[in-house]
Amino acid sequence: MSLLKPTPKVCSWTREFDNPGSLATYVANGGYQALRRVVTEKVPGDAIIAELKTSALRGRGGAGFPTGLKWSFMPRAFAGDKYIVCNSDEGEPGTFKDRDILRYNPHQLIEGMAIAGYVLGARVGYNYIHGEIWDCYEIFEAALKEAREAGYLGDNLFGTDFCFQLHAHHGYGAYICGEETALLESIEGKKGQPRFKPPFPASFGLYGKPTTINNTETLASVPWIVQHGGQAFLELGKPNNGGAKLFSVSGHVNRPGNYEVPLGTPFAELLAMAGGVRNGRKLKAVIPGGSSAPVLPGSIMMDCTMDFDSIAKAGSMLGSGAVIVMDETVCMVRALERLSYFYFEESCGQCTPCREGTGWMYRIIHRIEHGQGRAEDLDLLNSVAGGIGGHTICALGDAAAMPVQSFLKHFGDEFAYHVEHKRCMV
Amino acid sequence: MLSPESLAAIDAEVAKYPAEQKQSAVMSALRIAQTEKGWLRPELIEYVAEYLGMPAIAAYEVATFYNMYDTQPVGRHKITLCTNLPCALMGAGEIADHLKQKLGIDFGETTEDGRFTLKEGECMGACGDAPLCLHNNHAMHTHLTPEKVDELLDKLK
Repeated sequence: MSLLKPTPKVCSWTREFDNPGSLATYVANGGYQALRRVVTEKVPGDAIIAELKTSALRGRGGAGFPTGLKWSFMPRAFAGDKYIVCNSDEGEPGTFKDRDILRYNPHQLIEGMAIAGYVLGARVGYNYIHGEIWDCYEIFEAALKEAREAGYLGDNLFGTDFCFQLHAHHGYGAYICGEETALLESIEGKKGQPRFKPPFPASFGLYGKPTTINNTETLASVPWIVQHGGQAFLELGKPNNGGAKLFSVSGHVNRPGNYEVPLGTPFAELLAMAGGVRNGRKLKAVIPGGSSAPVLPGSIMMDCTMDFDSIAKAGSMLGSGAVIVMDETVCMVRALERLSYFYFEESCGQCTPCREGTGWMYRIIHRIEHGQGRAEDLDLLNSVAGGIGGHTICALGDAAAMPVQSFLKHFGDEFAYHVEHKRCMV
Repeated sequence: MLSPESLAAIDAEVAKYPAEQKQSAVMSALRIAQTEKGWLRPELIEYVAEYLGMPAIAAYEVATFYNMYDTQPVGRHKITLCTNLPCALMGAGEIADHLKQKLGIDFGETTEDGRFTLKEGECMGACGDAPLCLHNNHAMHTHLTPEKVDELLDKLK
């Protein structure tokens, strides 16, 4: 496979090669041709945005926002500084796909960001890399050096007047910085606390300048789309859900890992690719889009296809494509206790409903798990979750509330059993 | 207060940002300072702030907000174990018990000889390789088993 031919592997095709992340592998297989073409032929930015809209590429970081539309919000004619920022702060429990792009295909991300710089009129870009994956930060820095030396980053690229410089910024352990405005604050050297929106980053972003922020996989998909056209990308997936996508499958499967499949692939197929449920056990539940997405019973998941619309219809979110698989041995109270602790720990403390509510929910679930639950606790949990959702500056509040509400909705009997019998039914 | 190598590394980070935005390098500067000195004592944070021309309080805020910075002394080897749900499903709880028993300390504690600090971490973005831990913020060890943990601890003097 390569970037030259349209293949169903958009971001993970380099894995077939011995040196998957090297510039040599990337260039030998069509890498940087899309950038060279748009820059030297002076392809109008509008035409590329139109291709992105045709492709139905939707943000791969969790929100699923149409990328072409997001790019169209940028005031491209604004004469001052503008920025393109990549969000590689991958810390949503269950998600580990961007790490593989950074390790095994960093140049496709660099090319995607350079194309974004060309289209959006940004001369500088930053890639914000998750704190705990130091090796990926070093790999990405090395790839940047290679790209600069080979003339794919820097001034007057390909002998034109187009200049684009790209830098890596290393995070240091704050889940909240995956939220785009918290990430911008963090690049500015501050605490990662989300900003009120509006104004949106397209008008007031990094250093107060127009900024477009996209996820790693989103930006890495751009060279493929420019190379093969929006229509080809759309046809990989299904209407309104263009392309292939990396799914990070974790938990109780025989082969945890990343699997890139066309959007619309049946969940059952993805599960089979990951080797099926471990030890031949029964599938109990799946969180289909990272820990913030509502949990679904296994039986509902087995009828879903892996795309934004199908998972939304089933009552959850495709999110970042992080599929957490739980078999029949899992105690759902304990699972939720762990997730709730995470949101309590990672709340930035800025908004009262989230700062107070996440701790409150954790303490209630903790006491239920430890045999101290009270009869009124389930209603109380729903009430606290409802008091957080929609009442905070950023989506972390909703992300903390949704697991609680969905665990209670689908597995409420387990919680009731815990409260009544002071022990687990699993 | 910092070695010429550390200062050069900080300068390289400063160069990534617009000239009037030196503060953007504070996260990296604190990381570099912590890597050299082991932990971020208040004087060190103030030194970094002064080096970058920013208020000391703003650097304190960063050092205390992001959880990979250590504003209290830690052992020579800090082991941060992820116990989040995907790791827990793959046995992180057993690994945690093994580490605590072997080192005789709980999460958030340091062995008496100052050799190890054990911390509980949140998602490190590598759940497919669970269970996993981070050594001194830089080296990730994946697919942990009690045997692999023993091997790792033996190597860290």
